[in-house]
Amino acid sequence: MTSLAPGSGPTDLQAESAPPSLPETVLDEAQRGETHADGHAAHPDLRLFGLATFLVADGMTFAGFFAAYLTFRAVNPLPEGSSYELELLLPTINTVLLVLSSVTFHRAGSNLRDGNGSGCRSWLLGTGVLGAAFLAGQMVEYFNLPFGLTDNLFASTFYALTGFHGLHVTLGVICILIVWAQARPGGRINQQDHFGLEAAELYWHFVDGIWVVLYGILYLL
Amino acid sequence: MAIPPTLITLLVGMVLVLTGLWVGQNVQLLPLDASANAPVYDSLFQVLFSIGTILFLGIAGLLVFSLVRFRRRRGDRSDGVAIEGNLPMEIVWTAIPAIVVLFVGIYSYDIYERMGGMTPLNDHGAMHGMAMASDSSAAADGGTQQARVWAGIGQAGSAGALPVELTAMQFAFIFHYPEGDITSGELHIPANRPVELRMKANDVIHAFWVPQFRLKQDVIPGQQTVLTFTATKPGSYPIVCAELCGPYHGGMRSTVVVHESDAFDAWLTKNTPAPATVASAPLHPTA
Amino acid sequence: MTLASPSDFEPQGLQPQGWLKYLSFSLDHKVIGLQYLVTGFVFYLIGGALAGVIRTELASPISDFVSRETYNEVLTLHGTVMIFLWIVPVVNGAFGNYLIPFYVGARDMAFPRLNAVAFWLIPPAGILLISSYFIAGGAAQSGWTAYPPLSLTTPALGQVIWILSVLLLGGSSIFGGINFIATIWKLRRPGLKMMQLPMYCWAMLGTSILVVLSTPVLAGTLILLSFDIIAHTGFFNPALGGNVVVYQHLFWFYSHPAVYIMVLPAFGLVSEILPIHARKPLFGYTTMVYSILGIVVLGLIVWAHHMFTSGTPPWMRLFFTIATSFIAVPTGIKFFNWLATLWGGKLALNSAMLFSCAFIVNFVFGGITGVALAQVPFDIHVHDTYFVVGHFHYIVYGGTVFIIFASVYHWYPKFTGRMLNEDLGRLHFLLTFIGFNLCFAPQHWLGLNGMPRRVAEYDPAFTTLNQVSSIGALLMAISTLPFLINVVWSAFRGEVAGDNPWNALTPEWLTTSPPPVENWPGEAPLVTHPYGYGIPEGQLDLKVTTGRELWTGGRR
Ligand code: HEA
Ligand code: HEA
Ligand code: CUA
Ligand SMILES: [Cu+2]
Repeated sequence: MTSLAPGSGPTDLQAESAPPSLPETVLDEAQRGETHADGHAAHPDLRLFGLATFLVADGMTFAGFFAAYLTFRAVNPLPEGSSYELELLLPTINTVLLVLSSVTFHRAGSNLRDGNGSGCRSWLLGTGVLGAAFLAGQMVEYFNLPFGLTDNLFASTFYALTGFHGLHVTLGVICILIVWAQARPGGRINQQDHFGLEAAELYWHFVDGIWVVLYGILYLL
Repeated sequence: MAIPPTLITLLVGMVLVLTGLWVGQNVQLLPLDASANAPVYDSLFQVLFSIGTILFLGIAGLLVFSLVRFRRRRGDRSDGVAIEGNLPMEIVWTAIPAIVVLFVGIYSYDIYERMGGMTPLNDHGAMHGMAMASDSSAAADGGTQQARVWAGIGQAGSAGALPVELTAMQFAFIFHYPEGDITSGELHIPANRPVELRMKANDVIHAFWVPQFRLKQDVIPGQQTVLTFTATKPGSYPIVCAELCGPYHGGMRSTVVVHESDAFDAWLTKNTPAPATVASAPLHPTA
Repeated sequence: MTLASPSDFEPQGLQPQGWLKYLSFSLDHKVIGLQYLVTGFVFYLIGGALAGVIRTELASPISDFVSRETYNEVLTLHGTVMIFLWIVPVVNGAFGNYLIPFYVGARDMAFPRLNAVAFWLIPPAGILLISSYFIAGGAAQSGWTAYPPLSLTTPALGQVIWILSVLLLGGSSIFGGINFIATIWKLRRPGLKMMQLPMYCWAMLGTSILVVLSTPVLAGTLILLSFDIIAHTGFFNPALGGNVVVYQHLFWFYSHPAVYIMVLPAFGLVSEILPIHARKPLFGYTTMVYSILGIVVLGLIVWAHHMFTSGTPPWMRLFFTIATSFIAVPTGIKFFNWLATLWGGKLALNSAMLFSCAFIVNFVFGGITGVALAQVPFDIHVHDTYFVVGHFHYIVYGGTVFIIFASVYHWYPKFTGRMLNEDLGRLHFLLTFIGFNLCFAPQHWLGLNGMPRRVAEYDPAFTTLNQVSSIGALLMAISTLPFLINVVWSAFRGEVAGDNPWNALTPEWLTTSPPPVENWPGEAPLVTHPYGYGIPEGQLDLKVTTGRELWTGGRR
């Protein structure tokens, strides 16, 4: 892939001797054949690149929420009697579960690439279970919290942040199940063609990463 | 006789700069300057206007000249010369704007400093100054109010300043004078004495703007704001709400009356209610 | 990577052909580009009609033409329609989709299906927005900025619909941005280097980076705002302990970059148009690229200059003043480069050129008032006045809209194979230029002297200038007529253009006009010198009386 190579700019243009404007030069047969060192010979598959770009955008949504939360926290005192203290045990277990699920997903991926389809599926199932366990833990936490959505600014932001993230996890678990189904022998996903799995994996790592930041900001800070 | 192009460029440049300076000095676009910081503001405006005129006339002139001089004549189908860049020239036209904006930035910082805009808001004086204001308004804001100034211009709690409390609401400004307990829909102030306006909003964001004072400050619900200024020229000037606050935003106007010092004292005594009576000055919410 | 050859191209057999394809879920980037263009133009007419309501109301100092509530709905809709349904979709979506695949030597965008989805989000969002005017309670009334707490107290349904529609449009914009980044970065034809791309590609790359980084923040903010309205949370509600200034920070974190989303593509388009009609290479290609990147970086860190009076701490005002002022430097580089491109050229004074040059004049004016606004003490006086309205119309209309017109004159032969009528084009230019200046120049004085923005009634002392402004708006409305007539008439009766009427070198001209579905009948050309016009220095042969051969290579 060519990128911003220094000196590839107009300096080239000036170095050119012949009038560069002639379309004939432009369509030079010799230049046409020129190819670049690039692993893939086939039509480039940009879907993962696109997904990664989308995740950058998604990450910015979270960044906006985080920034709002931190500002609220810095400048808007809560009314008497409410505090920022949260129960730590359950979220910490949840964090461990989610980080673990990133590992298991990775295992699923490497299994598939090694040609071990059934291993891949078991690891996937494990990941899905961990994700579901996380969601369950989240629900338990929600039902045991001493505050509701509209109680105060902290409560609202807490629910907005964890809720938006929970939505992402839910989507992730659904994706995992779909990939799991597609990875069955003879399904769409196999050793050669595994875009779906890689996409889901990238997404899942992203969701985990966000959670770690969220956990740090919301529970530890 | 052929005049060398460098000389022409130099001459044109000089004429341009002189024009710009002249325009900045002589074109009067601003309303009357009726506060202590208005003349300071106006000198910044002159500088900006001169620089802007020079840049704009220069660029527009160059463009029009090119369009006329280099227009393609009938039957001419040739190309221009293939010049693709010129490093020294590009450095020059990167450097000049950089220097100009740096100069303008520093100069306007200085102006702002002189207007009192850079005063730290939560120093001791400010806290002290606000304590009074929040006493009377704490109840309205669910008890979360504290003696914290969020924003404003000018020294809060400066000595000898006349304190006035401003409440902005849909769609009126209400002024209250703690000294004398007067409530009024118009702002009456003495000339040449600092006024400390402590502002709060009841519903949505409003903005307090007096064009002749060159001052504007948003009045934000939930946030204490102070604005300190000194009027210099007696007269009546409009107070305009400058932040969209609902259908009658355009009608949310009032008047500031600047009195000579004795006249203000007279106004104050005349309007001070007898003890135990509430507001006496008529409200003028001009809707 | 290799190029898609015409054979592995998406089969279009099941898709409607002829004009019907423009109403279908077409995957062809050229069709999508024109869909964007026409849809955008329809919304421009709607937004312009709303501006007409504004200017009619303001022709007299009292509120007489529409009710005050309606006035606020109208100005909110005007701002929203013009920004989100006209400028952004057209300079990004329309020209981006049409041109970028050509410029990178591809047969389509990286994700054609996503592309079609992005376009088809726009009409429903637009219809939703406009229709909110007719529901009970009416459309949103809190301006295009939707500042709380005002936006929490105005009729809720209209505001929620506004949020929904802006979210859809933001989504469309993000999808488009992802597509452009992937196409420009990854889909270039083999042998084509980044620094050989036409400038519009760089502009779109910069724009798309801004879209991807900032639009999601707006989406998040609006979701929080809708919670405040629907679920009665208190994020931005001071009565519930919330903080309204946080909303403003988050909003402007998007909406300042949004102004560069509206203008960077226009910068790219002028960079394509000027060299061709000046018959000279684009001056200073490398610095142009770096100045785009500079604008992108600076554009992300200047947002609080919209909030100088809303209670930001002093250090913040200082920082944002300096950062904002510095945007003049990379922007200035671009303008001086364009002037140098024109200098010594053979300027064809056609409509495309006239609109482009007027763009330079207008934008420099608007830019200079912008730099003035960036100075805190200056801004404190004129914030939220007609001075600001004047500033940004000079830029969005005098800048971007002028370039949209220039681009239509320039690329119409490519779209249709026919030329636009030059006389009508020049008439359109003249009316627009006069009307535009008449409309917006007086607003600067109004702002300096005490007229706030977003008001339906004002101090009678300002009547005369407001009437001048309204007459200017009327002229602008009239100026749309010759354009519309021209565009429709020329589609059927216009002079046949031939494939490359401007003798241009950029790849979209090296095929038929209009181009085939697969863009080039054969393989995509490798254009390494998109601006290779002009006689090389030193080779200037005075004996060559007809230089035509020089730039056509004796082809015709
Ligand atoms: C396409 C849209 C667009 C663009 C490109 C710009 C460009 C700029 N804008 Fe503008 N702006 C808006 C659209 C735009 N703006 C809108 C819509 C609003 C109002 C929003 C609302 O409240 O509703 C607004 C409001 C706005 C404000 C807030 C005003 C207020 O509400 O109080 C400010 C303040 O700093 C500002 C500054 C600038 C600056 C410094 C630039 C710079 O990028 C300009 C740089 C360009 C030049 C300077 C000219 C070329 C340079 C040279 C020739 C070099 C030499 C020049 C010098 C040395 C000065 N703009
Ligand atoms: C982004 C692009 C953009 C464009 C192109 C325009 C174009 C115009 N704008 Fe506007 N404008 C904004 C963006 C834009 N505007 C924004 C963001 C605001 C701020 C909103 C807010 O405060 O929240 C604003 C606000 C605004 C105001 C201030 C309102 C107020 O604060 O109270 C005014 C007042 O003069 C105005 C006028 C105009 C005029 C006369 C045009 C003209 O150039 C329009 C010319 C076009 C036409 C006149 C169309 C011609 C066609 C017809 C008339 C035919 C119609 C027929 C059918 C529909 C069948 N605009
Ligand atoms: Cu109060 Cu506008
Ligand atoms: Cu801005």
